[in-house]
Amino acid sequence: MIRDHFRILKVDLASGKGQVETLAGRDLYVGGSGLAALLFQKYGRLTAPWDDPEQPLIFAIGPLTGYFPLMSKTVLGFKSPYHDQYAESHAGGRSALALRFADYDALVITGRAPRPSVLTVGNRRLEVREANYLWGMDVVTAGKFLRRKVPGAGHRSILRIGPAGENQAPIAGINVDTYRHFGRLGGGAAMGAKNLKAIVIQGDGNFPLPEGKDYAKLFGEVHRQLTQTQMMQKYHNLGTPANVAVLNDKQALPYRNLQQTSSPDIDGITGERFAEETLLRNVACAGCPVGCIHLGYVRQRFHADHRYYFRQVGYDHEPIFAVGAMLGVANCFDVLLLIDMTEKMGLDVISAGVALAWATEASAKGLISAQETIVPLSFGATRQYEEALRHLALGSNDFYRLLAQGTARAAARYGGQDFACVLGQEMAGYATGEVFFLSQALGFRHSHLDTAGYSYDQKVEARHLNHALDFLLQDEQERVLLTSLVVCLFAREVYAPALVADCLTALGYSTLAGQTEAAARRIQQLRWHLRLASGFDPHQVKIPQRFREVSNWKGPIDPTFLESLRQGYAQAIVSLAVPPAAESAAPDQGTAARKQDNGEKQ
Amino acid sequence: MKVLTAPRMERCIGCHSCSLACAREVHRRLSWDTAGIRIHTSGGLSTGFEARTCLACLPAPCALACPTGAFAQRKGGGVIVRKKLCIACGACAAACPVDAIFLDVTGEPFVCLHCGKCVPFCPHECLEMAAVATGAAASEVVS
Repeated sequence: MIRDHFRILKVDLASGKGQVETLAGRDLYVGGSGLAALLFQKYGRLTAPWDDPEQPLIFAIGPLTGYFPLMSKTVLGFKSPYHDQYAESHAGGRSALALRFADYDALVITGRAPRPSVLTVGNRRLEVREANYLWGMDVVTAGKFLRRKVPGAGHRSILRIGPAGENQAPIAGINVDTYRHFGRLGGGAAMGAKNLKAIVIQGDGNFPLPEGKDYAKLFGEVHRQLTQTQMMQKYHNLGTPANVAVLNDKQALPYRNLQQTSSPDIDGITGERFAEETLLRNVACAGCPVGCIHLGYVRQRFHADHRYYFRQVGYDHEPIFAVGAMLGVANCFDVLLLIDMTEKMGLDVISAGVALAWATEASAKGLISAQETIVPLSFGATRQYEEALRHLALGSNDFYRLLAQGTARAAARYGGQDFACVLGQEMAGYATGEVFFLSQALGFRHSHLDTAGYSYDQKVEARHLNHALDFLLQDEQERVLLTSLVVCLFAREVYAPALVADCLTALGYSTLAGQTEAAARRIQQLRWHLRLASGFDPHQVKIPQRFREVSNWKGPIDPTFLESLRQGYAQAIVSLAVPPAAESAAPDQGTAARKQDNGEKQ
Repeated sequence: MKVLTAPRMERCIGCHSCSLACAREVHRRLSWDTAGIRIHTSGGLSTGFEARTCLACLPAPCALACPTGAFAQRKGGGVIVRKKLCIACGACAAACPVDAIFLDVTGEPFVCLHCGKCVPFCPHECLEMAAVATGAAASEVVS
């Protein structure tokens, strides 16, 4: 519903009860990233550990969610099990529209359920039910049981964890509606620590729209741009896997634990190969007519008499990079088999793949042996990797339990820190140069989507420190507005500032429309404040030696430029981390009272 | 006379653009429920999508069941809806053999009016307005 404040559902898993709260700050913190930060400031415990039962899991949407195309993402704000600091992870699926139609700007979950449980929320429903029977189930099987329990097929969102999350592995993700994920920084473990196997969000409400024809007309124009121009064609066609061949040609595709940046074997895992041989169909996040989710398949023979089973498996550039290129697995069906295993186990596929790439090189160098890895690891050995992924999720021994905390921790114990491909967390699939390496290592989410560093590397030949720093800071600020609205970043070129202002105005957010830049800056500052106050020191971030050894189409990495960037960006982040004004975070009882007087549901 | 058909649902990606368009353009609501076409899965995204929408019955069981004349037979199939006559009894939804009528929490029915406003919002041309004969063989869809 359109409103000048935030409507929050706060649920305590310990008691199984919840309450609806009203929070002011729409014009200051927008929603999504801004709202999650605002709520973490209110409910989070900056210095308590991530598994303190009172640490909140915050799922937040924005003022445009559901009202315009591709406003289809949800922001998760939480204390990360990966680095024990404030963090965000983003996902789509139906989560954002389901929250919209449940009529909450955010869902805040605190406490720890006494036993494994499922939380169901909707427009007229709040329920915490014990679900011992689901504990131990993989993500696929749990999804089947959950679909039986809650009505609303197609209009609900089912978030669940697998064994990795139950075991509180800091590289465990949260599966959203089978093919999307809050993948990075350990959201799955945060749910596991709360004994929360799944969250079902029923999108069963509906709301009036603004009077007049302006809104519908603007919607039509945005829809036309997204579907009838070439702006989204790359996502619609091959999707993100189109990057694989492009980066390989530029010698910028991390391969075999970044020992190489291209491979003659790449033809087996390009976006073109996946589309020609494995692509079954596309699906979309709710509210997105682009449909960038590409589904391939695994087909396994389980009996000599030609008996097979098959499963549909989503693929993107990042998973192909992580369990394909990084592991030297150069066959598209083998890659899908490994992605499928990470899906079932509930692992973050990027971290899992990069962690095993390090373990493979560490094995080859004699730092670890089969005593640690249980199965011998060698590049290209798909079946062994399939087993290793299972061990990683299940925490089969000390080695895998440590590796599931992140590659850097394992390398600190066993050696091989120089070739641990960690940039804040396990690297994303770009070896484009210094700006990307720094943008991920120091970026707020340690994600390739914090800023377009990988794009900057490809577009800007010169290595100019101030130009690069200005780009990183400005791009982050622009993106933080988009992730507060919350728009899918694939549509960032469509939702330029003028269009964002028009969309906000069409819904009655005219004050916010006039001050989006200031709001973005404020959110940027609050997020960094929370991050630093929870323990992050950007000056302490190290770039492993392997990244300095990279050479791509631009030539070798310039270590001096990399170091200058590191120092400059770290200093800029420290300067940004400004605590917000106290009054902005207080609940606006006045607004709440006015709304009640008007008969609006609180 | 034309009716809405969904002849290519195997192309559907589950974006809900059709439902949202109907709710927005026809019923002035933000919703994927209060719409004449609604997209559901058959039990998980891997099973594909189905459209819950009026099949333009002639005669229409919902119109026959309506006790107040709020639902009246439309030429060529489907119904004409006069909301002012509706008493929110739900008889129309109970009579529909394909679950095409959505009742909101107040009991207000939402059904496809065969206006075609959803059609251009489908990115994969799953939907199509098809001409139907309005004479004796009026239930036949003419492609």
